[in-house]
Amino acid sequence: MAKPNRCESCNDITASSTRDLLNQDLAKQVRTAYDRIEDRGMSACLFGSGGTCCRNCNMGPCQIIDGVESMVGICGATADTVAARNFARTVAAGTSAHTDHAREMVRGFIATAKGETPHEIKDVAKLHEMAQLFGIETEDREKNEIAIELGERALAEFGKQDNEPLTMLKRAPKKQQKIWKEQGVEPRSVDREVVELMHRTHMGVDQEYRNITKQSSRCALADGWGASMLSTELTDIMFGTPVPKRAIIDLGVLREDMVNVTVHGHEPLLAESLCLAAEDEEMLALAKKAGAKGINLAGVCCTGNEILMRRGIPVAGSFIQQEMVLATGAVEAMVVDVQCVMQSLAQVVAGMHTDIVTTNYRAKMPDGVHIQFDEHDAYNSAKEILAHAIANFKKRGQYYIPKDKKFDVVVGFSHETINYMLGGRFRQSYRPLNDNIINGRIRGVGALVGCEHYKHSDDVHFEIAKELIKNNVLVLATGCAAQALGKRGLMRPEAATEYAGDGLREVCETVGMPPVLHVGSCVDNSRLLIALTAMVKEGGLGDDIADLPAVGSAPLWMSEKAVAIGQYFVASGAHVIFQDLPISGAKKFSEYLLKEIKEEFGACWGVASEPMDIAKAMIAAIDGKREALGINKKKERVLMDMAMRRELEAGKGIAGAGCGG
Amino acid sequence: MSKIICSAAIRGAQKIVDMAEASYEEALKKYGPEQEVSFPNTAYYLPIIYSMLGAKVERLGDMKDIFQECRSLLPAVVTEDMWLPYLGPALDAGMATYFAEEMYEAIDYLNSPDYYTKTEDPTADNIWLGAADDVIFRKRGVEFVDGTAPGFAAIVGSPEDPEVASKIALELQEKNLYIFMHTESDGNFMPDLLIKNGVQVGWNTRLVPFGKRYTSVVFSIGFACRVAMAFGGIKPGDSRGNLIYNKDRTYAFVMPFGQVSDEWYANAAGAINWGFPTISDYAIPEILPTGVCTYEHVVSDVPHDEIVQKAIEVRGLKVNVSKIDIPMSFGPAFEGERIRKDDLFMECGGGRTTGVEVLISKEMDEVEDGLVTLDGPDISDIEEGQNLPISILVEVAGREMQSDFEPILERQFHHLMNYIQGIMHIGQRNIMWVRIGKAAVEKGFSFKHLGVVLHGKLHQEFGAILDKVQVKISTVQEQVEEVMELAKQVYEERDLRLGSMTDETEDVFYSCTLCQSFAPSHVCVITPERIGMCGAYNWLDGKASFQINPTGPNQPIDKGECTDPDNGYFTGINEFVNQASRGAVAEVSCYSLMNNPMTACGCFEAIAAMLPQCNGIMVVNRDYMGMTPSGMKFTTLAGMAGGGMQTPGFMGVSKHYMTSKKLFKAEGGIKRVVWMPKIMKDEISEKLKALCEHEGVPELYDMIATEEQGTTEEEILEFLKEKGHPALEMETAMG
Repeated sequence: MAKPNRCESCNDITASSTRDLLNQDLAKQVRTAYDRIEDRGMSACLFGSGGTCCRNCNMGPCQIIDGVESMVGICGATADTVAARNFARTVAAGTSAHTDHAREMVRGFIATAKGETPHEIKDVAKLHEMAQLFGIETEDREKNEIAIELGERALAEFGKQDNEPLTMLKRAPKKQQKIWKEQGVEPRSVDREVVELMHRTHMGVDQEYRNITKQSSRCALADGWGASMLSTELTDIMFGTPVPKRAIIDLGVLREDMVNVTVHGHEPLLAESLCLAAEDEEMLALAKKAGAKGINLAGVCCTGNEILMRRGIPVAGSFIQQEMVLATGAVEAMVVDVQCVMQSLAQVVAGMHTDIVTTNYRAKMPDGVHIQFDEHDAYNSAKEILAHAIANFKKRGQYYIPKDKKFDVVVGFSHETINYMLGGRFRQSYRPLNDNIINGRIRGVGALVGCEHYKHSDDVHFEIAKELIKNNVLVLATGCAAQALGKRGLMRPEAATEYAGDGLREVCETVGMPPVLHVGSCVDNSRLLIALTAMVKEGGLGDDIADLPAVGSAPLWMSEKAVAIGQYFVASGAHVIFQDLPISGAKKFSEYLLKEIKEEFGACWGVASEPMDIAKAMIAAIDGKREALGINKKKERVLMDMAMRRELEAGKGIAGAGCGG
Repeated sequence: MSKIICSAAIRGAQKIVDMAEASYEEALKKYGPEQEVSFPNTAYYLPIIYSMLGAKVERLGDMKDIFQECRSLLPAVVTEDMWLPYLGPALDAGMATYFAEEMYEAIDYLNSPDYYTKTEDPTADNIWLGAADDVIFRKRGVEFVDGTAPGFAAIVGSPEDPEVASKIALELQEKNLYIFMHTESDGNFMPDLLIKNGVQVGWNTRLVPFGKRYTSVVFSIGFACRVAMAFGGIKPGDSRGNLIYNKDRTYAFVMPFGQVSDEWYANAAGAINWGFPTISDYAIPEILPTGVCTYEHVVSDVPHDEIVQKAIEVRGLKVNVSKIDIPMSFGPAFEGERIRKDDLFMECGGGRTTGVEVLISKEMDEVEDGLVTLDGPDISDIEEGQNLPISILVEVAGREMQSDFEPILERQFHHLMNYIQGIMHIGQRNIMWVRIGKAAVEKGFSFKHLGVVLHGKLHQEFGAILDKVQVKISTVQEQVEEVMELAKQVYEERDLRLGSMTDETEDVFYSCTLCQSFAPSHVCVITPERIGMCGAYNWLDGKASFQINPTGPNQPIDKGECTDPDNGYFTGINEFVNQASRGAVAEVSCYSLMNNPMTACGCFEAIAAMLPQCNGIMVVNRDYMGMTPSGMKFTTLAGMAGGGMQTPGFMGVSKHYMTSKKLFKAEGGIKRVVWMPKIMKDEISEKLKALCEHEGVPELYDMIATEEQGTTEEEILEFLKEKGHPALEMETAMG
């Protein structure tokens, strides 16, 4: 295959939209990540990749070689200690990203409840559910009043100083909670676990890799069951819990005749405000005046996922496509907030009419235009940003939109959607999912999450997902992985007939769902925790997450957040497979993460490099769980006679006969 | 695939809601919003709406909110491509369908009051019965709870061929199921075909023609909803509880014949909410993955000769059908079948000739197991219309056999002989009456078959206590009279023994949880002087049942110390009930209506209720449909007494208990009873008079009012004063 990216050392670009675009003269002038890899001309540092480069004090940096006595750190730190510390700091960084994001959402939530934003409390049922979890009175109380109390309690979770576990841990399966208690990894607050992890990995503090990793687990759990989950739930309450929606994805969603404003980053507060402002008469008039038919909002990366899930706003590109979106020359402004925004963006648009608008005081970049987003004056902030973009429309020069390059997707598979779609309002439950896993139509559940990057072909997710669904594994996807799969048509319901094995196809056709379900942004991996917990609670698949025939992978992980996510899944009992991990330079620590940690949490990490190997490892892990559950063999149908019905307890079905709910 | 089904169901639901709403708008104009609407004689309003939403539709105007609910449930149609998940929405559409159809039918009861017969059997000019009223429902409900009817088939449409229709009906009957019939296929109505083919149709043979339109499917589903509320203690509005209850306990399914319309699909989708799958003979798509139903959701293209077997398999039902080697069909579904004059070949007993049946126990070496003898002419030897005397002497032996069990075994004769298709058995002992139908004779009936049935079934059901059974049948007058003499002697000894048995003489009482499959939170306590409130199980039954199945529904309870002989508090009983109800019921009195009365499942024969003004107790049996002095009909009272809760002042009782010396002992016994329906008073008059006599108030019998004296407390009070009823002088019963 010709390499349209002109990069001999990069892996393939298979996305036809990207290939099409890169073949255009306009895009050829743009220097992309592919070019930079080529230009850098050097491969990654082996010590860095293997996790044994220590820069935690100024005696070094020390490059450690495991097993070579002379190559320990100057302080004596071994490869295992250094790799565990580096791994821990990755987890801490990832957690802090989710945490800062979550805190902003909670603050926005409180402001909304106080009537200080253009938003409102939308999902009252979920508000009550969360209030109940926090022990907040709901009877005869107005929704905003409850929301203010909930928001303040949620905010307190981040910084509380007592030793009580985080409130949300109660949502986990009982056995899971017991394991956390026994292992001493129940997070006490969110910020504190990050701080403690940073402290413990400072020079000369915690020098035992298992003990360090314990705190990594505690910190990661504070992310998954704390920060991320709070963010997801409160964002749902505020902006609405996602329900199934049709949308489009890929570069072709950009419009020739409209003001294209792309939103890139992670926090939906700004994006939601832009969505409201984009329908404002004044803004529309302004756009018309500028000669545009309207304002076309499109998402990039996880902000894209947030508004895609809740509003069906199209997604122009995933992380890996952020430069491509701009290389079309058709974008009036890319509005960015935090995380995963490449510094190159401002260089891509140099010489174009496009502005990179930074909006968060935390995240500025050279050559970007900064318009601070004020959550208390969100609507006017949003209008100001849009007005700026509209003003650029007239200046649009040469552009190329790969117009036929867009894919239809069905999105919005929150935990609540899954629950509802399997039984309707009156019989909603996870029962049909569990049942069909037990009877083998569905082999298990595979989560494809995380990022993308340039080291591997951009069809890795697609190849893995294809193999999984062919083997009857239902795929749940989040983050940029989800966008990559949507871009390949796997989120169309028709994909079940085209790609899925007989059993999964049959279930997808019964429910009317695609074989790959878009669950949300990367912070929404907490939805997967809730979904897995719901599967455990539904019954028939063991007592905790570790028993479930479920496995996760972030094959093309790039961000530190992915490692934090991986660690909270492992510590929650879910097996996780990555394409690589920066631990290979430390034998015992590797052995621990890839194997021994399973004794503590019932799950461990796995590494497999080729997409097919990852898929096979995921299927093997699922098969192992099926065997342990004893559901790998076909069971005879249980027919009930009167005596068996008498044995029924109130409200409970008979074990093994169909189902109990 | 299910997309076709879900799309059709959603389209169908929209049409049905539109249709119902149009009829509602019209009715509103005609009658106004205050117009009362209901199904006949039920305390469950429109039962699906009541059970799912907790909403009582009593007036036309109440329907407005329900239609809004329907609209909120109705999903958008499924698109050709890029569809959104449709399973959940289709189930919601099915639910909206039922809400709309219930309202549609209720409005039609208003528009055409005589559209349905509102009877148990078809009438000469109308086969369609309409919704089961609470009398029928409760009577039939007993069969659901004791397991003689595991569920029902909701038949939609009909096979074309009367033979096929009859065969399918028969097969379903043989599986003990109720067959609820609705609407037509290509102009064929199943009950029509059955009647044409000489099959008896009506509640008594479990072949129920509910309605000629598809909207009558709500009568089937509403029946299931009521089972859960009446027997399962499921609260109105606890939709999930009701649906899961039915999925686990009511073995029902939908069986459409022929092409399936959008409207039928909507009804089928609705039924899936209850875990009731659809089994079709037509080449419609299938939904095989499991989860909402126990097993498959829609199975199609099933040949007629396999459809019943397939249906019960898909529903997950095991029917323990015992094969009895006789040429006629056999099973509980034929128990209620009648032999009418035109169908009658001949009869025995019943005042026409001498007839007697008796069971005695013998030594092991005196009985030859399986021996069935017939002395005298058999059916094949006589002409139509020639009646014969009959004696049926059953002799049993067994290591565990006790003479106490004789009456229990003998009492089975009635239903066992009735189980034979084409045979009708009435009465018992020396007033027994057997009518032999022409249909049975055509199939080759012989009197010996009665013996074959008794031998086979007694072994099956009582194998734990008896080892040998022989049956001697005679149709020779002299021999019959000999048996009659023997029988009279046996009866006398037996009655003496039973009469002397009291709560004081026995240390062990029995629990009864026979109905627990349907009423999980209720436990009955059966004492020698207080039989189960269903009227079907007495203390000896409990004893025999325990002997037969030591881990079964009847467990001995050491009654322990009697701490209060008037209320009937026993330490052992309280301990047992407390434990069995998981602490929900801590104390239960055996003889009181006001203090910790016994709980009830819902299948009681009668209900006792306190009338505060009269300072007395009224009792109403479930066949009485009129108003009672409590201001409530039986059906409403049943809601207060059932469901496994203790409600002082309301209690389920058997008719038999009304003549017990322990009757309402805490409240002063029979002297406290002030009202009961005439039909009941007549039925128990002999024993009731004897009880009055025993209590030293022979004149009391005439002081007990019936509806003839009045149906309000004021009227009754007037009557009591006039008669000088002792209750008026008693201390107040309202503690």
